Amino acid sequence: MAGAAVLGRLSWQDGTVRDIRKETEAAVSIAIDLPNWAGHLPGQHVDIRLTADDGYSAERSYSIASAPEPGRVELTVQRLEDGEVSPYLTGTLRPGYPFELRGPIGGWFVWEQASPGPVLLVAGGSGIVPLMSMIRSREAAGSHAPFQLLYSVRSPADALYAAELAERQRRADGLRIDYVYTRTAPAGWPRPPGRLGAAELPRGDATSPPSAVFVCGPTGFVEAAANLLIQAGHRPAAIKTERFGPSGG
Amino acid sequence: MGIVSPGFHGRRRGDQKLPPGQYLVTDFPVLSAGPTPRVDTGSWRFRLKTETGQVREWNWAEFRALPDDDITVDIHCVTKWSKLTTHWRGVSLDVLLAEADTSAQFVLAHSYGGYTTNLPLADVRDGQAWIAFEYEGQPLTAEHGGPARLLVPHLYFWKSAKWVQGIDLRDKDQPGFWESLGYNNYGDPWREQRYWGD
Repeated sequence: MAGAAVLGRLSWQDGTVRDIRKETEAAVSIAIDLPNWAGHLPGQHVDIRLTADDGYSAERSYSIASAPEPGRVELTVQRLEDGEVSPYLTGTLRPGYPFELRGPIGGWFVWEQASPGPVLLVAGGSGIVPLMSMIRSREAAGSHAPFQLLYSVRSPADALYAAELAERQRRADGLRIDYVYTRTAPAGWPRPPGRLGAAELPRGDATSPPSAVFVCGPTGFVEAAANLLIQAGHRPAAIKTERFGPSGG
Repeated sequence: MGIVSPGFHGRRRGDQKLPPGQYLVTDFPVLSAGPTPRVDTGSWRFRLKTETGQVREWNWAEFRALPDDDITVDIHCVTKWSKLTTHWRGVSLDVLLAEADTSAQFVLAHSYGGYTTNLPLADVRDGQAWIAFEYEGQPLTAEHGGPARLLVPHLYFWKSAKWVQGIDLRDKDQPGFWESLGYNNYGDPWREQRYWGD
């Protein structure tokens, strides 16, 4: 258990935006310098707070995308057209702006870096973000735990981190990545576009089943994926879920 | 006031009913730590255990024969969404606790699937908590905690344990699932008690 990762009061910290990188047409990664940040556990999130000049403020939670690192954290934010906060983060925010957050939060949906067991990651859309932190942490920690990522995404253009994931997979060090395209697949893709089904999921009663399964995405995706995993023989107790409502703001 | 975010205006709301840091949703997000347990009402039991080990158990038919309430409340999730004027039907904890001989101060609720959450006993008495089995006129769906969930709307919604299986009355407080993982032991949305130390 990683509960000890959250000790005492979680104070608001004043950071500075160091860099903003475009990931897709609708998503950016925001790197933030935070002098008092001690690092996090892969899978954890932060609360952010935006404040207008008259004192009005809005808070939201965002998953951390980066591997743990003192003094720095990186978030990936998907723009929701009718959102209050994400249009600011993906459109208005610039390097050098102040950035207020507190965390890291959540001691459940975390990958234990010391664990050698095989890990299955199942991502729906922007649910990839905390799982990307786990993938990056795996390499940063020098772990050889076998990782399999199943990434369900609307189309190739909507896939976050595609180039980095391809590069990581080319290293052939135990990270396997499979895409499921739900609306538009690349030319010549063997599987017609459609929702994640039983055929894409590894069996839970195979000779070396995943010791940990992390599922993250919109509610409907997580419900469906978790049910398919149980039908495929995975132990319910091994499946950890994190769900994004459609109204993340 | 926090540091100003240049160029941020936000959406002002005149609504005084939202606790600090919350925003309004019209859908009903689902947040659970694992897969949704499937519990059928034929095997469902609710078990009340006192600090002296006395146990009272209800099956579904016995539970549904108890007097129930129509409940209209606002709910507030620690992940920052709030939903106003939600309608539920459920059995008040006052009814379930009526015959319990107890001097306990605390409650540990536990759920099918292994989830737990802790509350002061005083917070589930006097019309403040229910075992809810209907939401907006329909049987409570499994993903929202059906067949029955705890409903304690004056605290953050993780205290309203889904798939509730029973409550233990305790002399000593014992942190539940999220309370052991960094979330506040009490969870008052109006004091923004989200995490340890809030």
